[in-house]
Amino acid sequence: MFLLLPFDSLIVNLLGISLTVLFTLLLVFIIVPAIFGVSFGIRKLYMKTLLKIFAWATLRMERGAKEKNHQLYKPYTNGIIAKDPTSLEEEIKEIRRSGSSKALDNTPEFELSDIFYFCRKGMETIMDDEVTKRFSAEELESWNLLSRTNYNFQYISLRLTVLWGLGVLIRYCFLLPLRIALAFTGISLLVVGTTMVGYLPNGRFKEFLSKHVHLMCYRICVRALTAIITYHDRKNRPRNGGICVANHTSPIDVIILASDGYYAMVGQVHGGLMGVIQRAMVRACPHVWFERSEVKDRHLVAKRLTEHVQDKSKLPILIFPEGTCINNTSVMMFKKGSFEIGATVYPVAIKYDPQFGDAFWNSSKYGMVTYLLRMMTSWAIVCSVWYLPPMTRETDEDAVQFANRVKAAIARQGGLVDLLWDGGLKREKVKDAFKEEQQRLYSKMIVGNHEDRSRS
Amino acid sequence: MGSRSSHAALIPDEDSLRRETGFSQASLLRLYHRFRALDTNKKGYLSRMDLQQIGALAVNPLGDRIIDSFFPDGSLQVDFPDFVRVLAHFRPADDEDAGLRDPREPEPLNSRMNKLRFAFQLYDLDRDGKISRHEMLQVLRLMVGVQVTEEQLESIAERTVQEADEDGDGAVSFLEFAKSLEKMDIEQKMSIRILK
Repeated sequence: MFLLLPFDSLIVNLLGISLTVLFTLLLVFIIVPAIFGVSFGIRKLYMKTLLKIFAWATLRMERGAKEKNHQLYKPYTNGIIAKDPTSLEEEIKEIRRSGSSKALDNTPEFELSDIFYFCRKGMETIMDDEVTKRFSAEELESWNLLSRTNYNFQYISLRLTVLWGLGVLIRYCFLLPLRIALAFTGISLLVVGTTMVGYLPNGRFKEFLSKHVHLMCYRICVRALTAIITYHDRKNRPRNGGICVANHTSPIDVIILASDGYYAMVGQVHGGLMGVIQRAMVRACPHVWFERSEVKDRHLVAKRLTEHVQDKSKLPILIFPEGTCINNTSVMMFKKGSFEIGATVYPVAIKYDPQFGDAFWNSSKYGMVTYLLRMMTSWAIVCSVWYLPPMTRETDEDAVQFANRVKAAIARQGGLVDLLWDGGLKREKVKDAFKEEQQRLYSKMIVGNHEDRSRS
Repeated sequence: MGSRSSHAALIPDEDSLRRETGFSQASLLRLYHRFRALDTNKKGYLSRMDLQQIGALAVNPLGDRIIDSFFPDGSLQVDFPDFVRVLAHFRPADDEDAGLRDPREPEPLNSRMNKLRFAFQLYDLDRDGKISRHEMLQVLRLMVGVQVTEEQLESIAERTVQEADEDGDGAVSFLEFAKSLEKMDIEQKMSIRILK
């Protein structure tokens, strides 16, 4: 027995050394390109291979489901119920027409049957409404070998199960530690790098170094998530003195945008690790961090942002006007604050491909740490970023109209649905202005305008 | 291997619910997922607040009344069977039912009479079986908000009650309500079709 011991320790040592060497090689292989901003195209190859595997897996599942006569889960992306897009007036007129035999003239009046319109509309929204489904993760048509996205997974075949098991092994035992190591490296380099740059005197050299330290660390973080990003129209990238607005799906949006451009961040001061990072970053270049108490004061926020924007030497500000994370199938109401400042707005549309990993952060379901773990155990984060041409506010539009114009442009480019509703609906009730609009339309039908009455 | 059990088993008393409401299994499953999506804290039932969170319902002038119809007799929770029973009123009428139905069985929830009853109770707040002028005024006020003066609304309410009232008691009973709407195609106007 004791003869085995020296062999044991030798083997263990060899194993340990080879693993460490492998790990370090991988890290170097990934970090060095990140520093110089080059890419070997490995991630794209990885993506293509995964797509082929997913297609096979989905076919297998569909075949298996047919054999066993199960119903595969069909996504409800088109809504649960059949809706007619008619207006309030048309519908009520139709209801009245079908109910009464007397000829329908245009005199405004009230009928008992008018209530049917509101009743049915109300029930329709209870069965299916545009907003509630934006706050839960999008449902996929094909399966991507993550059990978290498959809602009615049944045992189909041995091969599929083995593939899934292999997937779990790779993701949790290989990719996860690698990614955590990369993330750790990226963040510590960011903190150390920006602090060191902060000691330099202000000048061109400091700016140059600061820009590259920031870019380098964000690129490492991008690799830590295995994010495969395609940038379009890079000539429209935001410039100094402008504001960059984008749709918001997750905190990762910041990393994605900041790895391709040098921005000033805006946000609330946090405690803990985030606070350390924030304090370090602001030493190297002026970001705009607000204390919790200052955030409530809209004028103060507007003033600081305006000052920043007017200083042409300062970096473009990065803002997410939706105010909260949406599930990347739609764009919700933009808060008008950033559009009142009067700077050039550079819209950016971000669209994630949900096949490789769902980037949406459902903050009511998962905390930040759980969310990051889920991100790091997905296959990859694949997204497209479109830089749209800059927009400025016209003289005859107010901030709200300008915000809606920008929102429509972003929704159009990203292929997202443009919604009127406030992202805050996730937590609060809707404003009364919308209800008053409906009431106004209906009142016209039963009492008419003042002009009508005086004429009759 | 994380697998959910086959879907039908998710819904309690699925068979009896299906017979009672007339929904197909697929429709019931969709409504169940919708119920779960609305139940934000995963309590297993819906409260008033869960329904009030629906933005498009909150802007409906009759939104509160519609929510009330899910909570009869002062109850504070609605579970899935009750949720589906209310929604069953809006199921489109099946053509096959008409001739083959056994007259001894209770009327299906989505019959013309039951749809009318549902609309009636939106008006009849105190559930006394009659829509008084005062209740008519209240509903009108909900639908028009502040856009119309009190006198105009009162005259409209007065006229409507008079037109429908046949026995002269100054209120509209359910039968008078049904009679004034007898020509209306209720089935179509109070039906919501669930997609396959």
